[in-house]
Amino acid sequence: MFKILKKEVLNTSVKLMEIEAPHIAKKAEPGQFIILRVNENGERIPLTIADYDREKGTVTIIFQEVGKTTRLLGQLNEGDLLLDFVGPLGVASHFEGLKKVAVIGGGLGTAIAYPQAKKLYNMGVEVDSIIGFRNKDLIILEKEMQAASSRLFVTTDDGSNGTKGFVTDILKKLIEEGNNYDLVIAIGPLIMMKIVSNLTKNYGIKTVVSMNPVMIDGTGMCGGCRITVGGRVKFACVDGPDFDGHEVDFDEAMRRQAMYKAEEKKSEEQHECRLGGIKNA
Amino acid sequence: MNVDWGESRMPNMTLEKVKMPEQDPNIRNKNFLEVTLGYTEEQAIEEAKRCLNCKNKPCVQGCPVNVNIPDFIQLVSEGKFEEAYQKVKQTNSLPAICGRVCPQESQCEHFCVRAKKGESVAIGRLERYVADKYMSDIALKPEKQQTNNKKVAVIGSGPAGLTCAGDLAKMGYEVTVFEAFHAPGGVLMYGIPEFRLPKALVQKEIDMLKFLGVDIKTNMVIGKVFSLDELFQQGYEAIFVGTGAGLPSFLGIPGENLNGVYSANEFLTRVNLMKAYKFPDCDTPVRVGKSVAVVGGGNVAMDAARCAKRLGAEKVYIIYRRSETEMPARIEEVHHAREEGIIFKLLTNPTRIVGTEDGWVKGIECTEMELGEPDSSGRRRPVAKPGSEHIVDVETVVIAIGQSPNPLIKSTTPDLETQKWGGIIADEETGATSIPGVYAGGDTVTGAATVILAMGAGKKAAKAIDEYIKGKSK
Ligand SMILES: Cc1cc2nc3c(=O)[nH]c(=O)nc-3n(C[C@H](O)[C@H](O)[C@H](O)COP(=O)(O)OP(=O)(O)OC[C@H]3O[C@@H](n4cnc5c(N)ncnc54)[C@H](O)[C@@H]3O)c2cc1C
Ligand SMILES: Cc1cc2nc3c(=O)[nH]c(=O)nc-3n(C[C@H](O)[C@H](O)[C@H](O)COP(=O)(O)OP(=O)(O)OC[C@H]3O[C@@H](n4cnc5c(N)ncnc54)[C@H](O)[C@@H]3O)c2cc1C
Ligand code: SF4
Ligand code: SF4
Ligand code: FES
Repeated sequence: MFKILKKEVLNTSVKLMEIEAPHIAKKAEPGQFIILRVNENGERIPLTIADYDREKGTVTIIFQEVGKTTRLLGQLNEGDLLLDFVGPLGVASHFEGLKKVAVIGGGLGTAIAYPQAKKLYNMGVEVDSIIGFRNKDLIILEKEMQAASSRLFVTTDDGSNGTKGFVTDILKKLIEEGNNYDLVIAIGPLIMMKIVSNLTKNYGIKTVVSMNPVMIDGTGMCGGCRITVGGRVKFACVDGPDFDGHEVDFDEAMRRQAMYKAEEKKSEEQHECRLGGIKNA
Repeated sequence: MNVDWGESRMPNMTLEKVKMPEQDPNIRNKNFLEVTLGYTEEQAIEEAKRCLNCKNKPCVQGCPVNVNIPDFIQLVSEGKFEEAYQKVKQTNSLPAICGRVCPQESQCEHFCVRAKKGESVAIGRLERYVADKYMSDIALKPEKQQTNNKKVAVIGSGPAGLTCAGDLAKMGYEVTVFEAFHAPGGVLMYGIPEFRLPKALVQKEIDMLKFLGVDIKTNMVIGKVFSLDELFQQGYEAIFVGTGAGLPSFLGIPGENLNGVYSANEFLTRVNLMKAYKFPDCDTPVRVGKSVAVVGGGNVAMDAARCAKRLGAEKVYIIYRRSETEMPARIEEVHHAREEGIIFKLLTNPTRIVGTEDGWVKGIECTEMELGEPDSSGRRRPVAKPGSEHIVDVETVVIAIGQSPNPLIKSTTPDLETQKWGGIIADEETGATSIPGVYAGGDTVTGAATVILAMGAGKKAAKAIDEYIKGKSK
C-alpha cells in the first residue's frame, strides 16, 4: 500500500498528491510515469511523475479529474492509501547537448512538461516556457513553471489571463523573432501537439511530444498502447512516452484514444449514481 | 510395497476413460465458471483401476517432470488420496494446475499402453482429482522452514518463478519474488481464463508459498525499479529470472491499429486479470462486437475465442492458416470450443483488416489456403488459393499468433546473453546464464511453451542455485 502524504487542489479539476514510494523516487527521471490502482476492482491508470524527492522517498503526481478513476483518486485524502503504485515506467527524456529549448504545456500537459522544464533549467539550458489554458480558472503550476524557466508565457483561449490565443501563436512569434531553439517539447492534448509539430516542421525544429494512449500493464505486454511513429508500430509505455512529433501519426492516435468513450461514460455514471449524484466540476 | 492383487485389484478394462462431468456447452458458454467439474471419488477410483501398473512405465517418460504415474494412480485406486497427492508432489509442484492444463495427449497420456487400444488412462484428470481433494481438505498454516539466512531473488511469479521460489524456500533460503503486475501468478492469473483454471486455486498455491515464508513483492518491474546489479547489492546471492514471454506479436497486415483490434494478451488481461467480464462493477472495459475473429490456433486463441463467446458475441471465428492437425492447442480445448459454438475457419489466412471511415473494425479479409508439398522440416506449407479472397464481417479482431520474451530486463542488463529472437540463453540442465549467479527458465528461455516445462525449469534452477550458493561459501 502507498500512502498519500500530501494533497493540494490546483484548480477545480486538477489535484496534486505526494505519494510515499521510496523505491520509485530513487530511480525516477523526468519523462517517466507510474501506473496506479486505487482499489481492488479499480482500473490501472498511468500518470506522469511530476516531481520526486529522493531523500524523502516521495513521488508527486498531478492529475485532472476526467473520469471514474481520477475522480475516485481525487476524493482520497492525506493519510489514505493507494492499493498499487508501480514505476518508474517509460524511457526518461534525453537532454544532452541542448542550449535553448521551448517547453510547451497545454492545459494539464503543463504538469507533464514541468519536470522536463525543471531538469533542463537546472542543467543550465535556456528555457522558454509557454503554457496555455482555456481560461484563467484552469491555470496550474504558474509559479513552479516560472521558477523553472528563463521566460514564461501564459495564454488563455478566452484572454481571461495572460495573452489571448493559443500556445502556437506565441511559439510562432518567438521563432519569427529569431529565437533559435534546438528543441521544442510539446505536451498537451493530441490536437495541440499535432499543431505544434506541424508548425515546427516548417521551421525544421526538432520536436518531442509526449503520447498518452490507453495503457494497461505499462511494460510492453499488451500492445494496447501502440501508436504509429515514422510508419512503424511502437509501444508508448516502453518505447516512449516521448516521441518525435514530426513522425507521430496523430490522427490514428486520436481515433484510438476514443475507443472506450461509451464504456468510460457508463463506468462513471454508475459511479455517480452510487455516490448519490455528486458531480464534480 | 505390499500390493493386494485380490479381486478389488482387477483392472478395469473399459476402453474409454471415465467421463468427467462438465457444464452443458450452451450454459457454460454464457458464464465464466469452470467448464469441467472433476471426478467424484467413485469415478476417480474407477478410472484409476484402468491403469495396468506397467513395469516399464512408458507414461512416465512422457511427463516432463517424470511424475511417478503408476504409483500415484495405484494409491488412488486404493483410496489413499493424500498419499497419492504426496507422490505426485514429489516431482510436480503444481498438480492441480497441471492436471487441468497440461497437453496430456502429447505427453504422459500419449505413451500410455492403454491408448494402443481405446483411450489412455486419464492421468491428468486423476492428478487433478488428488490435488483438488487435498487442497480442499487441508487448512493452510505457516510452516516456515529453518532459515539459512541466505537471500535469493526470483523475478516473475509465473509457474517457473513460483516453483523455483517454493523449492528454494523448502531448502531454507529466504526468497523474495518480484512481480511486475499487481497480482502474482503470471499467465496462470492473467492469461488462462477462470473457466479453465479457477483463480482461487492459483491463489491457494500462492498462499502455500507465502506460508513457506516466501515474500512476494508485487508492482515491481525489475529492470526499471531495480537492476540485477542492484539486487546483488541488496544482498541477494543469486537471481532466478522467470519473466515469461509477454511481448505480443502482430501480423503486420494493414488495419492492425484500427479500434477493435486487440492482442490476445490485452484482450485476456482485460478479461481475466482486470475482470472486464464484471464491467461495470469492475472498472476495466473490453469491447466485444457481435462478431469476433480470433487469429491463431493455439491455447491462447482458444481461450480468447471462448472468452469472446462468453462476453456475448454471437459469432466467434477461429482463423488459422493451417489445418486442424497442426493446431498447437490442447485437443480438449479445441473440442470444448467447438461444443461451445466457436466457428473454425481453417486453412484461412488473414491479409487485411478492414475499417469503417471513423476507424473501427468492420471486417477481416482472408485468403483460403491449401497444403502444398512438405518443406525441409517435413511440414506441408500452406499456399494461397488464387482468387479465394473474401471478407468476414466482424467488429473485433484478436491476434493470438504468439508471444516472445519481453526485452525489459535484457535492455538494462547488457551482459545477459540472449538469442536473436529475445530468449535468454541458459543452460538446459541448470538454467545458468552468461552472468554468474543469474539463472533463468520458463518461457523467457524457451519462448512460449507450457506450464509444466516452466515449472520443470524452475525446479532445476532451484537445485542449481542451491549448489551455486553452497559452492560460493566453501
Ligand atoms: C504515459 C501517460 C501519462 C499520463 N500522465 C497524466 C498526468 O500526469 N496527469 C493526468 O491527469 N493524466 C495523465 N494521463 C492520462 C490519464 O492516465 C487518464 O486521464 C486516466 O487514465 C483517466 O482515467 P479515468 O478513469 O479517470 O477516466 P476515463 O473515464 O477512463 O477516461 C476519460 C478520458 O481519459 C482518457 N483515458 C482513459 N483511460 C486512459 C488511459 N489508460 N491512458 C490514457 N488516457 C486514458 C480517455 O480517452 C478519456 O478521454 C497520462 C496518460 C499516459 C498514458
Ligand atoms: C492464454 C494462454 C493459455 C495457455 N494455456 C496453456 C495450457 O493450457 N497449458 C499449458 O501447459 N500452457 C499454456 N499456456 C502457456 C503457459 O501458460 C506458459 O508457458 C507458462 O505460464 C510460462 O511460465 P513462466 O513462469 O515462464 O512465465 P509467465 O507465466 O509468463 O510468468 C512471468 C511473470 O513474470 C512477470 N514479469 C515479466 N517481466 C517482469 C519484470 N521485468 N519484473 C518483474 N516481473 C516480471 C510477468 O508479469 C509474469 O507474471 C498458455 C498461455 C497463455 C498466454
Ligand atoms: S504433470 Fe502433466 S505431463 Fe506430467 S503426469 Fe501430470 S498431467 Fe501428465
Ligand atoms: S502406461 Fe498407462 S496403464 Fe501403464 S502405468 Fe502408465 S498410466 Fe498406467
Ligand atoms: S501498456 Fe501494455 S504494452 Fe504498453
